[in-house]
Amino acid sequence: MPYRAEKPERRLSSNDLRARIPGWGADLDPKDRPAVPKERFDPGATGARWDFPERQEEKWPRERSIEHQFLTPVFGTSAPPKGLSGAMRKYSYKKYSEGRAAHWLLLLAADRVDAWESHLRSFASLRPDNPITETGVRSEFTHRGLSSRFGRKRADVNHEWLDPIIVGAPWAAAAAIAAVAFRALARRRA
Amino acid sequence: MRAMVYRGPYKVRVEEKDIPPIEHPNDAIVRVTHAAICGSDLHLYHGMMPDTRVGMTFGHEFIGVVEEVGPSVQNLKRGDRVMVPFNVYCGSCYFCARGLYSNCHNVNPNATAVGAIYGYSHTCGGYDGGQAEFVRVPFADVGPSIMPEWMDPEDALLLTDALATGYFGAQLGDIVEGDTVVVFGAGPVGLFAAKSSWLMGAGRVIVIDHLDYRLEKARTFAHAETYNFAEYNDIVVQMKKITDYLGADVAIDAVGAEADGNFTQHVTAAKFKLQGGSPVALNWAIDSVRKGGTISVMGAYGPMFSAVKFGDALNKGLTLRMNQCPVKRQWPRLFEHIKNGYLKPSDIITHRIPLEHIAEGYHIFSAKLDDCIKPVIVPDAS
Repeated sequence: MPYRAEKPERRLSSNDLRARIPGWGADLDPKDRPAVPKERFDPGATGARWDFPERQEEKWPRERSIEHQFLTPVFGTSAPPKGLSGAMRKYSYKKYSEGRAAHWLLLLAADRVDAWESHLRSFASLRPDNPITETGVRSEFTHRGLSSRFGRKRADVNHEWLDPIIVGAPWAAAAAIAAVAFRALARRRA
Repeated sequence: MRAMVYRGPYKVRVEEKDIPPIEHPNDAIVRVTHAAICGSDLHLYHGMMPDTRVGMTFGHEFIGVVEEVGPSVQNLKRGDRVMVPFNVYCGSCYFCARGLYSNCHNVNPNATAVGAIYGYSHTCGGYDGGQAEFVRVPFADVGPSIMPEWMDPEDALLLTDALATGYFGAQLGDIVEGDTVVVFGAGPVGLFAAKSSWLMGAGRVIVIDHLDYRLEKARTFAHAETYNFAEYNDIVVQMKKITDYLGADVAIDAVGAEADGNFTQHVTAAKFKLQGGSPVALNWAIDSVRKGGTISVMGAYGPMFSAVKFGDALNKGLTLRMNQCPVKRQWPRLFEHIKNGYLKPSDIITHRIPLEHIAEGYHIFSAKLDDCIKPVIVPDAS
């Protein structure tokens, strides 16, 4: 106990543990662990044959953190910014450093706008978004949705009721706004 | 090619996309044979990671066969079976030269506070991931390794992140012989961290979670002593009681951004994304460790601020160590441990899901249905 100097006695000695657990103590020496020390200057160890890598072609003005001196020589090209969300993203990268909450909050807001823009765009395509197939909710019926949750002391069940509200409420709000707008329009024409 | 595509929070689908081209002379294109969904993919799936764009393909745990190489690639050729660490890195910048591969400065223009990761939002560089038939692998001479002939492909898949990260988490704990180690989270990384703690000489390994099936795995797979925090009014007091009121020597946070167990913290962080993550597990780690102890964090958190109990960490004189795992530094030793039979990573795989059913795969994993611990995606690109 901590009120005296000695450490409490261990239930199992090192020899007990070595006998019970395969490989116990194989990496006992802290200095003999793969990422120790954390930093070891050894540029030849990686397989890189360049001092500075050749630069990847920039096919559109690639957004970058203003904490970088220049565009990194290699970068991902997954989803170029587009629409309103793209404008928000570009603004956030251009204006704020990573040290500013505004930078991250704007990017998160742009993510929400992007999801909405993409949903709306999908309705004008041959493959509109489908909340049944895309949320995988069918697995609730095929992979023990009820018995996996109830009677099992799971802490997350206490707030799972929030999920459908967080996902569904914006849709319900949009539908309500559309209905109100439609009625107002109809009334004006009448 | 067929690829998983993000459609917004909680929504993914499989779409036809172009096979990625070579964009840099040291790129390779890899045909994916196995991919996995990682717990940290769920942070993207739930819309927690800033700059996660609709149309992106996730997946940073994958292995495959080299389909095409760029003109400057010397170490790989078409047909090689490769395992690819989740870090994208150049091998030559200030950080890579010092072994900090997860902190590479030449591959992520979007941020300096984090390196680049396959399929992990634009905050991590905007690279498409491996939950697809093909994936672009930059710096093919640096990142991937040819898979040893004797290695089981599913073991190799888990070496690309989960096992390497779990082992790294135990390393960050600076465990010395006889230490009491408490691991928060019995997901794949927590299980591997618990198992690795024994290799480093822990005297006692305790695992905390709220899912009984995962705690059962922690007992059988990782020989750990387990506690379900949902059964205790205050898990921190329980930790003190079982450690003679001293606290653990080392606490490992293998939970990260969506930690449960405190309604307010969880709702403000995981649900409404107003923090970089729910710091419940990290705060429990700070409270449960002894004064002068070490906290190791390799649960994934977002870049925004989180309400961490820093004052307690200060007043207790704790050492906090954390990073994304520099995966390839771990491989030679982990290969030996697998060969010696000390580790059998694929034992934790519970679900094998065809790429076409990936939306169900994400839901099963996210909602923790069907005793799911680790789902593997099989693109079947042949």
